[in-house]
Parts: sequence; structure tokens; C-alpha cells
Amino acid sequence: MTTTVDLLPPSTPPSGPRQPRQLSPGLQPSDRIFHGGATTIGMVVLALTGAIGLFLGFQSIPTLHHYGLSFFTQTQWVPELNRIGIAAVLVGTVEVALVAMFVSFPLALMFALFITDYAPKRIKSSLISVIDLMAAVPSIIYGLWGFFLLQPYATNVARFLSQYFGWLPVFHVDTDPNSAVWQQSRYTSSAFIAGLAVAMMAIPLACAIMRGVFDQAPMGEREAAMALGGTRFGVARTVVLPFAKGGIIGGTMLALGRALGETAAVLIIISPAYDIKPRILEAGTQTTSALIAGNFGNATKSQLSALLTAGFVLFVITLGVNSIAAAFIRRSRSGAGTEI
Amino acid sequence: MRTTLDGAGPSGGGSRLDRSNVPGGADRAGPLAPAGLDALGVCAWFGRAQVLDDVTLSVPAATVTALIGPSGCGKSTFLRILNRMHESTEGAQMAGEVFLNGEDIYGPGHRLTDVRKQIGMVFQKPNPFPSMSIADNVTAGLGLTNTKVSRSAKVDLVEECLTRAGLWSEVKDRLDRPGSALSGGQQQRLCIARSLAVRPKVLLMDEPCSALDPTSTRRIEETIAELQGEVTIVIVTHNMQQATRVSQRAAFFLAEPGSPGGIVEQGDTVDLFERPRDPRTSDYVNGRFG
Repeated sequence: MTTTVDLLPPSTPPSGPRQPRQLSPGLQPSDRIFHGGATTIGMVVLALTGAIGLFLGFQSIPTLHHYGLSFFTQTQWVPELNRIGIAAVLVGTVEVALVAMFVSFPLALMFALFITDYAPKRIKSSLISVIDLMAAVPSIIYGLWGFFLLQPYATNVARFLSQYFGWLPVFHVDTDPNSAVWQQSRYTSSAFIAGLAVAMMAIPLACAIMRGVFDQAPMGEREAAMALGGTRFGVARTVVLPFAKGGIIGGTMLALGRALGETAAVLIIISPAYDIKPRILEAGTQTTSALIAGNFGNATKSQLSALLTAGFVLFVITLGVNSIAAAFIRRSRSGAGTEI
Repeated sequence: MRTTLDGAGPSGGGSRLDRSNVPGGADRAGPLAPAGLDALGVCAWFGRAQVLDDVTLSVPAATVTALIGPSGCGKSTFLRILNRMHESTEGAQMAGEVFLNGEDIYGPGHRLTDVRKQIGMVFQKPNPFPSMSIADNVTAGLGLTNTKVSRSAKVDLVEECLTRAGLWSEVKDRLDRPGSALSGGQQQRLCIARSLAVRPKVLLMDEPCSALDPTSTRRIEETIAELQGEVTIVIVTHNMQQATRVSQRAAFFLAEPGSPGGIVEQGDTVDLFERPRDPRTSDYVNGRFG
């Protein structure tokens, strides 16, 4: 091949605007196959999620068309009386999730910090396995645990809270907390107890993400804090926690997304009640996923559509929460390299 | 020595050195309390591998001592033993004694955090706390050591330490800006200011200029010259010109292949560079290896 350098006029100015060259990636056949396979599978996953959303969306058209906005304002769910709405259900969903967050956030944070900054190296990996094992326990087990083991004790806590903090609407229970024979059944099957069980499932998820970002806190800054005479807590407060802020928020929100959709454990623990109330300690509440799980078995076609609409709303909320969480994690200094 | 490039000169320096109202002032012998450091028979291991063997070095108070030698000869490890940072590394062990003003810092009754507070450290890579402002970076050590200080004392301390570190005139109008917004050289001087704020008796510097350009390097060297006499300085450097410029005493470290590192020769910097007694020192300082 001859070179073309000599054939070019010595100083011709470029004619017209210069275009960037198209570079071919120059992949090996094996790379091409892998590239193609990975792209396809990635697309399939995206398409599946999209398809679920679309399916739910289409299914909810008749319901939303029929009930309109009242679907979101009606508290009762009585298909027989043509009264269907998710106002109370959504409130119950949020209450259970918030109780779960309130309990799991400090535990996950402390445990993650303990693993990364305090635990001796030799037990570190065992601790990580234990917390990962918590995530592997089926949620129905947590439900049974919450109902049979936790509830008898948790009702005492609930009674204590309503006795001393009952003036707060959140802790109020419609019964006399100081009566000689206390009505334990008024305190069972509540959003509070369901939230405790859900918290057990939220902890490993939040903890894993927080641990990931704590571990990434730069060694240079940790050493700087140590060299100034900082205690371990000082290092955590000055370096690790500020660094991990985005990861902490993101991990918590991901766990919130998990808590919002939790079904089996909640279904076992709560007794369905369809009223909007802030009283989380009081018996009876309902969450979206428990509503669906409890009712779809003997639902007619239109009732099924209504349940799927409730599912669609939950899907959108969870998607929103997870997207916000992902944005928090990705945009923070700590989260740039974190897997979520 | 250039001392008037910035606020360290006429306005800043003199009056600010009275620090009877700042933390640590009460429990110290005086406002300026540089202390001598003596390492005796120091050995170090990482796991099973011994990296230092029987290093004995005396650092007189209020002087600058340079540790020189090729890479991997244990200079930095030795430096980290001097303020007990060595033991924070996984699998790191040491033997021997380090005396600060005659007291063994590894002895019983010495808290790790107190030792590190008295023997500060500046690292190779500038490491300001990025989430904090410049002023908060300077006073970060107070929070870390749970030292309570009034707001006005804090303001004074920020100015004093930034002045001593030769950074005050460059940042005095933007103390509330994040420390990470500064240039590399300024960040390193901010780290020096941060170390000075907890009133160390000794300041250890681990190749503080190796990540910096020549101009920033010169500014750090000026800072070292200004601090000399106020605080005892031990500096690890790969730059032999720097060693001759900033230090009065020097120690040459060397590790023969397959054996732990140690000091080949130590003494006055001038003697070490101009009249080395050991041929290996002569080879190194004349650039024949390393």
C-alpha cells in the first residue's frame, strides 16, 4: 500500500467543517458474541420490568375509569357494595413501612459501622455472613416469628408506649391502658408489630449497602483523623459518616422500597381494618400487598382489576422510591462505585 | 530563609504566638513545647516479614531531621512507628522503644490517642476532610480529641495555625469554602495547619511534597523552615536537595535485598552529604543508586 502523504497538497486548508472519524470497536469474535449475549439479556430484563408495569397499567384502566379519583379517596374496600378505594390501605402501607424504617435504620447503621470500623478482622466475615443470612430467611418465617414469638412481648411494649405517650396521636390506643386487666387483644395485629417483622427484612438490605459505602471511606482521610488523635468514634463521625451520607440515605430508601411491598409477614400478623388512623399500636390495619394477597383468591373479574390497580399504585410508589434512592447513591461521593 | 511571603511576617506571626487562651495551653510546659524523640532498637514486621531491624535514632527537640534512602527501606514504616500509626495496619507488629521527652510512648499508661495528638503527622497525599470548610478542617482535631473551645478561641486558632502553615494570606477571605477546593499544595499546607491546631510537640512528615509541583514544594519547605524551633520535625523525603535544604540532621536508611531495613548512617545533614563515612551513603547521596 502506498502512503498518501506525498499526494496531498502541502497546505490545503480543510474544506468544510471537520467531522469526527467513525472508529470501529475492532472486537474479537469472542468479544462480539459475549457483547451480543450480554446486551440481549440486559434488554430482556428491562423489557420484563417494563412489561409488568404495562400489564398492571392496562389492567387498571377499567377500574380507574369506573371509580375515577374516588379510588384514591375511598377508605373502604367492600366490592359487594361497590365501594372500593385504597386511601386507608395506602396509609396502612406507609405506616407499616415507617415503623419498619424507624426500627431498622438505627440497627442497620450501627451494625454496618460495627462491621467496618469496630469488629476484629477475624469475626468480620462471619458477621457479614450472618447479616446476609438474615436476608435469606423467607418472609413467611418472619411472619410466624412476629406472630407467635414477638407479639406476646411486643404488646407489652405497645401498652407501655400508650400508657406514657398515649397523648401523642401515634401512640394512642382506644382502650384504657391503665385498667387492671388490660385488653391485650387491642394491641395485637397492629401496624407496629407488622412493622417490627418487616424491619427484620429491611435490616440486611440497608446494612449491606451502608457497609459497602463505609468500607469505601478513603484510607487517607481515616488516617488523617487517627493521626490527629481521633478515637474510633471520632473517625466514624468525622470521616466515615459524612462520606457515606448518600449511601446511608439511598440504602435506607431501598429498604423502604422493600418494606412497602412486603406481603407474607404482614398478612400473617395484621387483622384487616380499613380506616385511616394514625394509631399504629392499635389492632387492625391493612397494607396494599396484604390486601391483594388476601383477596385475589375469590375475586371476580372486576374485583381482580381493582386489586391489580392497587398493585399498580404500589408498583409506581416503589419504583419512585427506588429511583430516588438510586439517584441519592449515585450522585453522592461515596456511592459512585456502589452496587445497589 | 524567606519568611515574609505571606501573613507569617509582620502582622501575623509575633502576636499570634501568645496562645495562653487556646486549647492545650494550660497542660503544656509553655506556648511552644517542642520535644525530643528517641527511638531505641526499633524493629518492625508486617506479618512474618521483618521490615526494620534495630533502628536507633535520636531526634533533638526543635530541629528538622530528614530520613532519606531508597524506596522500600522502611523509612515510612519507621515514621509511622514514631506516632503509633504503624499498629493500625493489619498484621503490623513492632519491637523496641520510642521515648518522647524521656517517656516510652508504647509504655503502659500512654493512651494511643494522646500519643498521636502529641506527635502529629502529615501524609504523602494531601488529605483534608472534603466535607468540611477550610476553617473547620483546621479545628477538626479539637472535635476529634473532644477538646471544648470557645468560638472566639477557635477563630484565633484558625488564624494562628493557618499563619504558621503559611496559608493564611491565601485563604483568609474564603475560610468557609470547602477545603477540597484548594490546590494540592494549599491542601497540604491546610493539613499542616490542621496538625498544628492540636499543639503537637513533634510533627512527622511522610514525603509531604512528593505529590506537589516545584512551586508548592518550595512553599512547604518555607513552612517547614518557619516551624523549625516551634515544633520538632521528622521528614521522610526522596528528594536529596530537599533534605539538604530543610534539615539539620539526617539519617540514611537502607535495606539490603532480602534483609530488613536499618540506618546505615546518621548525623548532621552537612556531614552526611559532604563527608559520608559509609561508602553506601556516599553512593546514594551522590546519585549512584536509588
